[in-house]
Amino acid sequence: MSAHLLVLPIVLPLLAAALQWLLGERRRRLATALSALSCTGLVVLAGVLVAAVADGDLAVTYRIGGWPARFGIVLVADRLSALMLLLTSVLSLALLPCALGRWQAAGGSVQSLFQFLLMGLNGAFLTGDLFNLFVFFEVLLAASYGLALHRPGVRRVSGGLHYIAVNLLASMLFLIGVSLIFGVTGTLNMAALARLIPAVPDNTRALLHAGAAILGVAFLVKAAMWPLGFWLPRTYAAAAAPVAAMFAIMTKVGVYVLLRLGRLLFGDGAGPASAHFGADWLLWGGAATVLVGVAGILGARELGKLAGYNVLISSGSLLGAIGLQQGAVIAGTLAYLVISTLGIAAFFLLAGMLAPHEETEAPPLLEPYDPAGDALYADEDETRATLPAPVALLGACFMLCAVLLAGLPPLSGFLAKLALLAPMLDAGHGATMLFTLIVAAGLGTVIAMCRTGIQIFWADEHWVFPPIRAGEAASVLILLGLCLALTVLPDAPLRYLEATARDLHAPWRYIDAVLP
Amino acid sequence: MEAVLALAIGVLAASGVWLLLRPRTFQVIIGLTLLSYAVNLFIFCIGGLRTGADPVLRDGVDIAHYADPLPQALVLTAIVIGFATTALFLVVLLASRGLTGNDHVDGKDGTP
Repeated sequence: MSAHLLVLPIVLPLLAAALQWLLGERRRRLATALSALSCTGLVVLAGVLVAAVADGDLAVTYRIGGWPARFGIVLVADRLSALMLLLTSVLSLALLPCALGRWQAAGGSVQSLFQFLLMGLNGAFLTGDLFNLFVFFEVLLAASYGLALHRPGVRRVSGGLHYIAVNLLASMLFLIGVSLIFGVTGTLNMAALARLIPAVPDNTRALLHAGAAILGVAFLVKAAMWPLGFWLPRTYAAAAAPVAAMFAIMTKVGVYVLLRLGRLLFGDGAGPASAHFGADWLLWGGAATVLVGVAGILGARELGKLAGYNVLISSGSLLGAIGLQQGAVIAGTLAYLVISTLGIAAFFLLAGMLAPHEETEAPPLLEPYDPAGDALYADEDETRATLPAPVALLGACFMLCAVLLAGLPPLSGFLAKLALLAPMLDAGHGATMLFTLIVAAGLGTVIAMCRTGIQIFWADEHWVFPPIRAGEAASVLILLGLCLALTVLPDAPLRYLEATARDLHAPWRYIDAVLP
Repeated sequence: MEAVLALAIGVLAASGVWLLLRPRTFQVIIGLTLLSYAVNLFIFCIGGLRTGADPVLRDGVDIAHYADPLPQALVLTAIVIGFATTALFLVVLLASRGLTGNDHVDGKDGTP
């Protein structure tokens, strides 16, 4: 496999986005074809990369411009990066039918923003340089601002305003952290940093830790850890359904970077003064996030918010599991990351299908006590017939989502949660606490989803089921089908995830691959 | 010179944070701008302060007499990106002002 393949996951969506921008509003069909081509190409590329690193010993590296890794920017695909690339590309391809159906009227600019978002995500997963990571973060954030504000209304703009302000502040923290680390070590290459950190003199080590902590705060804002994640449910609930579904992976970017940098820079090899720096913060912050998420889903009155708080629960569980710093937990963490991303994306789509009033100001609440509101719904009922078959489809998908997100048997959500929880049983006090919380979060999810499902599908006879667009149904079915496929065939993916966890526990392989 | 620069960064950052916590979108954006100035200065000085030192190599000059060029490259990138995102934020701010009729960050003005 040529190493030049490694730059393609960044260049391909960039090219597609630029071409779509040039095509403008008129040639929509061509822009759509470009989107489909780019997303399919990304899935193929990610598949090739995964196949290349699955059995090989080394991570694939690509030096941009041929500069030596300490001076130039280097792209690295090890097992973790390849896994995240595959997850992103599969998610984007699955969302494409839904996004195209919805954005057919919106023209090429939205499609090119979507491609820019993919470019930023892929770049953030591939880069081996801290400042380059900042650049790709900004690319994906700028695209996400545009997508979040697509077809703005009051609700979307005010949600987007908070989102942008919080993320601009996080970017500044990112820069401060990066420059502090550069000031202490003189390099921003992650592998070089990992080699230098054990040898940092004690008088500047505090400064290094301060820089790493500030950098960590920037990522925790992205990963929406309590108390830095208040922006998330509101923004995600206000965004259009396919956008919110794609955003499901954006919190995982923060989680990915924390996992990568935490294991690389502050793993076991970082010397006694720096090893496991910040792990306790992640553990307790993650636990608090899970608590907030559970409270949120139990109190949520909109489907979008319900999905948003599910993101918080998933994020909190992942952060807490990373904070445990146990090699055995990591494989389960990654499995949970994959399944919860797919499940939450499907649920965001489903929420969009069930509550199609997204262009109006207030989406329907789950408890329509207002008699006047009921009369309004009854009026609509007469004009719009609902077919039983789509309702059955919606109900079945909703139940699958609930089972996946709560982690009930027999679906892959259960397998992932089992893989996450089983190693926690004999890993100390913090692990027991997190174990209890995650199980309780599952119970909370079951309660909230049951209540919502009963209200929508059984109790509320005035709920208007909108006509289902074929594209939306296709996207949901693809995502849920993937989760079902992972239920039936869990062996090969789990073996890959275990190999990834071993890699993360032995970061010198990554370091040697980047700096031979 | 170090003291002056540190004071400047401190004052900029403090004013930026104060303005960021204010309820009006205009104050928020000015706060973010001040904060980004502080961050840019901070990145610039992280490579060590030197007056009259060249960042680009020339023949016949000892390597000890150069300023670190990397922070300067970083700060250029940071300025460009910060400028672009601030402009984007400004557009959203104007949209919010147009849609809600006031410039409160929550879209609702507490005063009648």
